[in-house]
Amino acid sequence: MKRFRLTQQEIVFAVFAILFVAFSVFLRGFLSSDNMLTLLQNVAVLGILGLAMAIVVIGRGIDISLIAALAVPSGLVLQMVQNGHSLPLSLAAALAFAICFGLVNGWLIAYAEVPSLFATLATGLFVAGLGQAALFQLDVVQWSPGMEGFERLGQGTILGIPTPIIMFAIACIVVALLLRQTRWGAYIYAIGDNPYAARVTGIPSRPIIVLQYVLAALIGCFAGLVMAASVNSMPTRVFNSTLIYDVILVVVLGGIGLSGGRGGVLNVIIGTLLIGTMLNGMTIMDVSYAGQNLVKGVVLLLAVITDSFLNPRNEDTAQQGDI
Amino acid sequence: MTTKSKFAGLALAALGWTAVASAPALAQQGLDEPFQKGFKEALAGKTVAYVPVAMNFDLTEGWYAGLKKELEPYGVKFEIRDPNWNTNAGAQAVTSLISEKPAVMVIHNPDVQTYAKLLQRAENEGIYVIQINMGSAYRSSAFVGANWIEIGERDAEAVVKACDGKSNKIAIVQGALSAAASAYTLKGVENVLAKHPDIKVVSSQAADWDAAKAKAITQTVLKQNPDLCGIVGFWDGMDIGTAAAVKEAGLTGKVFVATSGGGERKGACELVKSGGFDLDLSYDVPTQAADMAATIKWLLSSGVKAGSVKGADYTTLIPITKDNADTQTACWNLSDLKK
Repeated sequence: MKRFRLTQQEIVFAVFAILFVAFSVFLRGFLSSDNMLTLLQNVAVLGILGLAMAIVVIGRGIDISLIAALAVPSGLVLQMVQNGHSLPLSLAAALAFAICFGLVNGWLIAYAEVPSLFATLATGLFVAGLGQAALFQLDVVQWSPGMEGFERLGQGTILGIPTPIIMFAIACIVVALLLRQTRWGAYIYAIGDNPYAARVTGIPSRPIIVLQYVLAALIGCFAGLVMAASVNSMPTRVFNSTLIYDVILVVVLGGIGLSGGRGGVLNVIIGTLLIGTMLNGMTIMDVSYAGQNLVKGVVLLLAVITDSFLNPRNEDTAQQGDI
Repeated sequence: MTTKSKFAGLALAALGWTAVASAPALAQQGLDEPFQKGFKEALAGKTVAYVPVAMNFDLTEGWYAGLKKELEPYGVKFEIRDPNWNTNAGAQAVTSLISEKPAVMVIHNPDVQTYAKLLQRAENEGIYVIQINMGSAYRSSAFVGANWIEIGERDAEAVVKACDGKSNKIAIVQGALSAAASAYTLKGVENVLAKHPDIKVVSSQAADWDAAKAKAITQTVLKQNPDLCGIVGFWDGMDIGTAAAVKEAGLTGKVFVATSGGGERKGACELVKSGGFDLDLSYDVPTQAADMAATIKWLLSSGVKAGSVKGADYTTLIPITKDNADTQTACWNLSDLKK
């Protein structure tokens, strides 16, 4: 199995390399440092979300509510500032909101033992609905003067590198340290690999599962803040978009098996790069919207098929509701 | 006219008054206006049902607030069905409304086809149908809304004019491909481009009404074409992303950004003032709401058979530029409209 997994990563990386070289040769203006930075900047938020999803998927779960965690807390910040609250207070409220959201998700999945797919599907809908009904005046929450300075999180450059890329890099480092250097990270892998064995060996599996979802919600909230700062508003309707599929695409494409326990930050980076290259190339070629969706759909399908071939389901530990 | 006949005429008129209004012709006792009672009776207790594509955004919230303000004082009951961007749910809402028989349905179509047959059925059942901003293939009693072709043409003309003597390269940021408003606007843009073969469209992509997507597309296009002279965007709520990309590239003022929207202050005037947009064609939502209310009042009080008259009230656009973005009248506030 070990050799095969390596091969999958190699396949994805090879596809990325081929695309990259082809675009560099045939597309004028693709291989400029400016365009490379744009490419990365355009997928930075997607990459950050990919990290959140990776943590959950490695622990053998999935978090469909991630986009709600992106849209609602960050929208709340903008709305509260618009209503006259101070920025620090609003940020604190958003953080508290994200943590509660993660706790609820985690509790449902770890203690109530609701399959993660259904639990997060429901909580995502609930939180998005709550935002629309009770928190926001309008779908698109606009920037207000009280937010002055905060847009630096998503705009401008640091040492010539666009800020969203720096934010993605910071998130990568933090998640990589967490997964590889801490005991909690090792527990997440253990639970993802075989939850029953993990429990038998004395790993506090339920609290660790809760932790996964809290982390995912917090990272989602961070991605939302970067996104809001980048477009000077929070289009909370993004919840209804296909963004969540793009996130899953990044994770699966990068080679993090949906059956859990495998992969890491590097896979998310590879997946993000491949998506970024595809999107950037297609935008330069002015491919129609339908054409772009078609290509993305085919690539996701291929990735999922490859995944199920190379990481077959473990029949002993598979649960109903697992994906 | 002689004095005598004038006198006779006056006498006759006085007689007429007394006969018709059966009120003494004494000024201090007041006169009954003969038509207002019928008008009030025609409106009182009637139900107006409102089916937007979704609530919670400036346009539909503005229409709702405006309609309520105009009609509720006359005892009109207001019902709202919010399909929240779900076309299917919208069609179900319209279907169930037909059996509930409101007096008027105010419909915001998600596309040209889905509701067309249903709206025809509604009018056959005697329900007046007013379509707003996005019409369907069926022409109902009234259409109130923006002329998207005109918006496309005027935005494109402004961009072409700004490109005069520059690179002549422009980009188009479309909305969602399935939306009629986006397709019509594109047609308007094409109409203008047909007259200016020297203008080169370097990119024409759909950003799905999504600001983040619009920003990503615009960033890539600007990196490839830093000499771009103008962008036609299809909605200001999305083009906030377009404007952010232009600003980050340091090209504010060099790339002319033209867009359109409902004219809400934060989404339109503020962004024109900050230089994000150079032109924002506003189909002023409060005016549209007032037009809708006037149409409803007229239809109800006229008593015409539903579907027997068919008219349109295209909104007169307000071009918002640096010159008028500061004025009180160019934009509107949702919070004020709700008061």
